[in-house]
Amino acid sequence: MTDVTQRMGFFTDTTLCIGCKACEVACKEWNRVPEDGLNFLGHSYDNSGELGASTWRHVAFIEQKKPVNVETNGSASDMRWLMSSDVCKHCTNAACLDVCPTGALFRTEFDTVVVQADICNGCGYCVPACPFGVIDKREEDGRVWKCTLCYDRIGVGLEPACAKSCPTKSIQFGPLEELRTRARARVDELHERGVADARLYGDSPADGVGGMGAFFLLLDDPEVYRLPPDPVVTTRDLPSMWKAAGAAALGLAAAVAASVLGGRR
Amino acid sequence: MTKTREQLMVPRAEPRTYYDRPVLKKPVWKWYIPAYFFTGGMAGAAAPLSFAARVRGNRRLARRAGLVSLAGIAASPVFLIADLGKPGRWYNMLRVAKPTSPMSVGTWLISAFGPLTGAAVLSDLTGVFPGLGELCDALAAFIGPAVSTYTAVLTADTAIPAWHEAWRELPAIFAGGSAASAGAATVLITPAADAEPARRLVVLGSLMELGADRAMEERLGDLAEPYTSGKASTPAKAAKGLLAAGAALALAGRRRPLLGKAGAAATLAGVALTRWSIFQAGFESAEHPRFTVQPQRERISV
Repeated sequence: MTDVTQRMGFFTDTTLCIGCKACEVACKEWNRVPEDGLNFLGHSYDNSGELGASTWRHVAFIEQKKPVNVETNGSASDMRWLMSSDVCKHCTNAACLDVCPTGALFRTEFDTVVVQADICNGCGYCVPACPFGVIDKREEDGRVWKCTLCYDRIGVGLEPACAKSCPTKSIQFGPLEELRTRARARVDELHERGVADARLYGDSPADGVGGMGAFFLLLDDPEVYRLPPDPVVTTRDLPSMWKAAGAAALGLAAAVAASVLGGRR
Repeated sequence: MTKTREQLMVPRAEPRTYYDRPVLKKPVWKWYIPAYFFTGGMAGAAAPLSFAARVRGNRRLARRAGLVSLAGIAASPVFLIADLGKPGRWYNMLRVAKPTSPMSVGTWLISAFGPLTGAAVLSDLTGVFPGLGELCDALAAFIGPAVSTYTAVLTADTAIPAWHEAWRELPAIFAGGSAASAGAATVLITPAADAEPARRLVVLGSLMELGADRAMEERLGDLAEPYTSGKASTPAKAAKGLLAAGAALALAGRRRPLLGKAGAAATLAGVALTRWSIFQAGFESAEHPRFTVQPQRERISV
């Protein structure tokens, strides 16, 4: 059985990703996520585009004019291919959860963020609140959907479907602290091997969302992978926003008072 | 991104993106939401107008402002529920009270404000329980300005760059617009001789909205682009013209009631168009990843 006191998460090591999309398929199969459109985007091998209501794992494909690691670059090709499986970040400070007015979004005993489909009334507030553009409304259904970190599987000690299906262990599931330690060691190892581009994204509790429950090892800037370079939980500014609204409300009351009480009746 | 054969001497102005695909999700709200911002804002500002007019002894104005408030707050839940993905589950809004969610705060604000306004107007029209009616009127007047401005926090408390970064000025824009629309709607249904305070409120409210709007565009810098060019700019420009004309005509309404009513109509249209343009600017800023990536990149490179 999983130790319920531990925070569970994903470490996605994109240097190991081969772009097979087994994670996308396994996620759909296990979670019974409906079809998300049979599109041809023309963006390399990516035809699902981004995470959404019916895409809970998304593999990004980036083709770059840049020589790959010298050890393996036997050919004359000066091209490298970046592949990365994106997922909900299960933020420490989750904007979707903060703004949800029904309590449909909640934090589980594994410190993950999950939508209760029987509570959600489709107000849509979480959709623009997410700094990663993850959660979305399924129009034909009316409610919002996103990755649950396989809440049903991890509750009985299984690993999430995507991690289970990943043939290269690019997607690693486990206690977050353990994953962070492993990820830092992996970055050091890659740096030693001359892969200077390797960097972690979302591993630091000091970032704008208090650290991500699903974090990544990337080989380029986050925005290249459609990840925001400095995401901030919108509710961080909420106290200042309420103060501004309070001042404006007083201004409104003053305008009414001046209009009615000042001058002739 | 434009291609160039020359070696660039300065860093590219365009940020790097993933095939120029948006980082953020566009809001899923439909036109009902800006429509509610209009009706709810107007209702919230008409309540203190009604109360103050009653205090001043202008009963005709007080009654009509009360009716404006009731009409606005009665229409509001219709828009809000129509926008839900599961309208039949609207009552799930009432199962929690969450200070971190401006929508939850707003739910409870209008749940208090609506019945108070209804009771105040009913008592005023029928003469039943006048003391209780006046108490409800006073309480509604107290809550009203919060009903008018919380929607600005609701809008700004998102990751949408054109909304979030405008959090300082949005409340003043919403407050000004609410005051102007409450004054304007009241002018439309009040005999000109009794409507002078409402006309003044049109002018003050419009000035407040126009001033805050300008402050916002100046402070936003590059992020003002969704407001000043693109599909939100047409309603934004029209709104400014209508508000300025509406305020001028409202003043002329002192001598020529018909001009005053024309000014009131222009003001209502102007306020509605501002709400629509802010709504549109949010979508625009979510659609283009540069609005998301560029400010964040600048933030971490300094």
